[in-house]
Amino acid sequence: MKFASGLAILGLVGFASVANAAEKLTVYSYRQAFLVEPILANFTKETGIDVDVVFSKKGIAERMMREGRLSPADIVLTSDFSRLMELADKELVIPVESDQLKSNIPAKFRSIENDWFALTMRVRNIYSSKAKMGKLDIDYEDLADPKYKGQICTRSGKHPYNVSLVASMIAHHGEAGAKTWLEGFKANLARKPQGNDRAQVKAVKEGLCDIAIGNSYYLGKMLQDPKQVPWAEAVEINFPNQDNRGSHINVSGMALAKYTKNRDNAIKLMEYLSGDVAQKDYAEINFEYPVKADVKPSDLVASWGEFKADELPIFKLAEYHHAAVKLLDEVKFDL
Amino acid sequence: MILGLSRSWSLAGYLIAAIILLPLIAIIAQAFVPDEDVFSHLLNTVLPTYIVNTIVLMLGVCIGSLFIATPAAWLVARCQFPGRKMFQWALLLPLAMPAYVVAYVYTDLLDYAGPVQKALRTWFDWQSPSDYYFPEVRSLAGASVMLALVLFPYIYLLARTAFMEQSSSLQHASRVMGCGPWQSFWRLSLPMARPALAVGASLVAMETVADFATVSYFAVPTLTTAVYDTWLGYGSLSAAAKLSAIMLLVVFSMIGFERFARRKQQLFQKQSASNESTLSRLKGSHAYLATGYCGLLLLFSFVLPFLILLQYAWDYFDASWNSAFWEYSLNSFYIAAIVSVITVLIGIILMFIRRISPRPSDALPSRLASTGYALPGTVLAIGILVPLTMLDFAVNDLYEFLGQPGPGLVFTGSVFILIFAFCIRFSAIAIGSVENSYKRISPSLDMAGISMGLKPKALLWRVHLPLLRKGIFAGLLLVFIECMKELPAALLLRPVGFENLATYVFQFVSDEQLEHGALAAIVIVLVGFVPLIYLNRSLEHEK
Repeated sequence: MKFASGLAILGLVGFASVANAAEKLTVYSYRQAFLVEPILANFTKETGIDVDVVFSKKGIAERMMREGRLSPADIVLTSDFSRLMELADKELVIPVESDQLKSNIPAKFRSIENDWFALTMRVRNIYSSKAKMGKLDIDYEDLADPKYKGQICTRSGKHPYNVSLVASMIAHHGEAGAKTWLEGFKANLARKPQGNDRAQVKAVKEGLCDIAIGNSYYLGKMLQDPKQVPWAEAVEINFPNQDNRGSHINVSGMALAKYTKNRDNAIKLMEYLSGDVAQKDYAEINFEYPVKADVKPSDLVASWGEFKADELPIFKLAEYHHAAVKLLDEVKFDL
Repeated sequence: MILGLSRSWSLAGYLIAAIILLPLIAIIAQAFVPDEDVFSHLLNTVLPTYIVNTIVLMLGVCIGSLFIATPAAWLVARCQFPGRKMFQWALLLPLAMPAYVVAYVYTDLLDYAGPVQKALRTWFDWQSPSDYYFPEVRSLAGASVMLALVLFPYIYLLARTAFMEQSSSLQHASRVMGCGPWQSFWRLSLPMARPALAVGASLVAMETVADFATVSYFAVPTLTTAVYDTWLGYGSLSAAAKLSAIMLLVVFSMIGFERFARRKQQLFQKQSASNESTLSRLKGSHAYLATGYCGLLLLFSFVLPFLILLQYAWDYFDASWNSAFWEYSLNSFYIAAIVSVITVLIGIILMFIRRISPRPSDALPSRLASTGYALPGTVLAIGILVPLTMLDFAVNDLYEFLGQPGPGLVFTGSVFILIFAFCIRFSAIAIGSVENSYKRISPSLDMAGISMGLKPKALLWRVHLPLLRKGIFAGLLLVFIECMKELPAALLLRPVGFENLATYVFQFVSDEQLEHGALAAIVIVLVGFVPLIYLNRSLEHEK
């Protein structure tokens, strides 16, 4: 018993590991750790500044709100723009004035106030079955066309990637138009929304559906995993709306935490991530489109061809984010 | 009891109970905070579906578990058939399996792309999903089956004990009156075991409501996933607290029902446990049926998923055998060890007070402290974060007031919050274990001790603790295994950069790549083995 209580006390004392060393940055990341760790490791090699990554699928903004001025976060990395906007809306991030960031990142890829910056761009593609359909000249609007009844697979509508797509539909067609489209889209689903983007491509491979919605870089990622190569080889990648407004794009990005205690080093890291080396890494390791104009996408990504991107400004999309979430609930897209 | 127990003991008891009740109060308070119409939007759109899903799932899992566990319990308790000795303990093994792991394995096996449907398509030459019907694994019904497969041992364990304790003279009497074995089961054994079945079913229902991972993987929205999404997706803590309040209503009405079911429970029978000689020996096809039934149950609930896990782990061994895996295992062990010690201490203190205090009101803390188990992990997380965040800010304000730099997030930003949450959730288990042991210590021992002039502390140290050894050990082990498995609370409360086995495995499950996390899942299962087997042995020896 004495031993046991001693142990408990020891455990309780051993907590205070929350120290924030000066030469250490804490990154809150919505992006999977394995995607960003190699890039951050290179930064540490170059500068000697250690970086701790905390990965979380959801709720980083919620966490930062709660932590308030005591938050250990220096930088937030997100995998889509709506999360960036959320951080900005809730005033959890602060503007960064840096010439380097401005020259590396084109104006359309950062906020007017400079309180968030995009790092990479990705397309919301429509994948089609090689065997049954081949390459398609298809628009997002066609997803609601009855001719595709029972043929489409997608992940949960509530996932940020899909919410963004719905938001863009609201931006282009108004709320009523988007609702009609969403109902038609739901009616065409081969199964209840489930799994992740890769699982949809797998379902096409298995013949469960002929059309899948997924981000561009997943195709590259799947070709790297021996188990998933056959899935990737079963589909064609299509860039939607090429004859009109262009494909819906989304961005991953970064922002400086409002209560950072290591401002200078944090900005150093942000500048590094927008620079040539890191941008090249993003392109090669993660098959995304770099935002820095003179950094080329990887050969594989380039082989998918040029495409026309929707020019709708990102902050415009953000305005419809909440409306999109509510619309998804209204048509019970996931149920 | 005729021993003056100083007021400070009672005070300590009430203090512990108050701390455990804190999250509950925080949730109710938080539910009254306005939430910018998020809740009313949910109410008008998806909430009814969530509530129906939750209730249907709960009923489905309870009925399913009762249906599969009761016959197995009765067979093992009252009949002699090949393999009985092994099934006795082996049927507890599924408890060590996290439900989401079983769910993942069966999805892999049974979905359209899985080997089962592939084989069917090859045999019958079906081309597409429209050619034939196959039940959807990732559905409400599928989730019910998965959860029943891992939760039925709760009912099995309690029902088996109840069936064993039914005196054989009653059985004989019923047989003499001309009841066949079936009739005596229906008219005698089953009604007498009803209270035990009700307790088991309420445990199963509580675990079902608390389940987050399985339903989220199956894309079956329930109140638990709704709390999580509302909090983190809509960013509305107070709407999430309102949902939590609805959940608590469901859970407490369940507990109420269970109490109601036991209100008249008074059994007047000599507790002569059955021994080998009173077992009815099954012959011929009956024996095969019994063995076959238990065998199939064990195969589907444990052996098959575990073998598939081993296969995954074997295929991806090199990728998963790394330093991260070790770190997370240690994290899991460390938290589980600390929590099991603290909860058992709480159990001992509260039960000791209840035992020897002359004041009837001192029985209250141990009862109150047991309500922590009723809070699902997601709900508990909200209830803890609110008060502990306040505390963190208070500490920092104090430091700054004194002109010192603040220590940062001491409570919410460290492992403390995880340990605190687990202690609240699992104290009930430790209290229950200690209570069971106390029941076996005759009060005359207390009298003897006191007449020899022992003070309360000495009585506890020198008389009770040595006799409570078994209960303490069982409590430690049970809490330990629960801590290893608990996911939602860990997911929501873990400090910056902290992972344990459960969160690590779940991350792979939700990325549809459990293969990479199979090794970690196996560790969770293996750690769960030991307590189960020990627990079973101690039950065996209690006769």
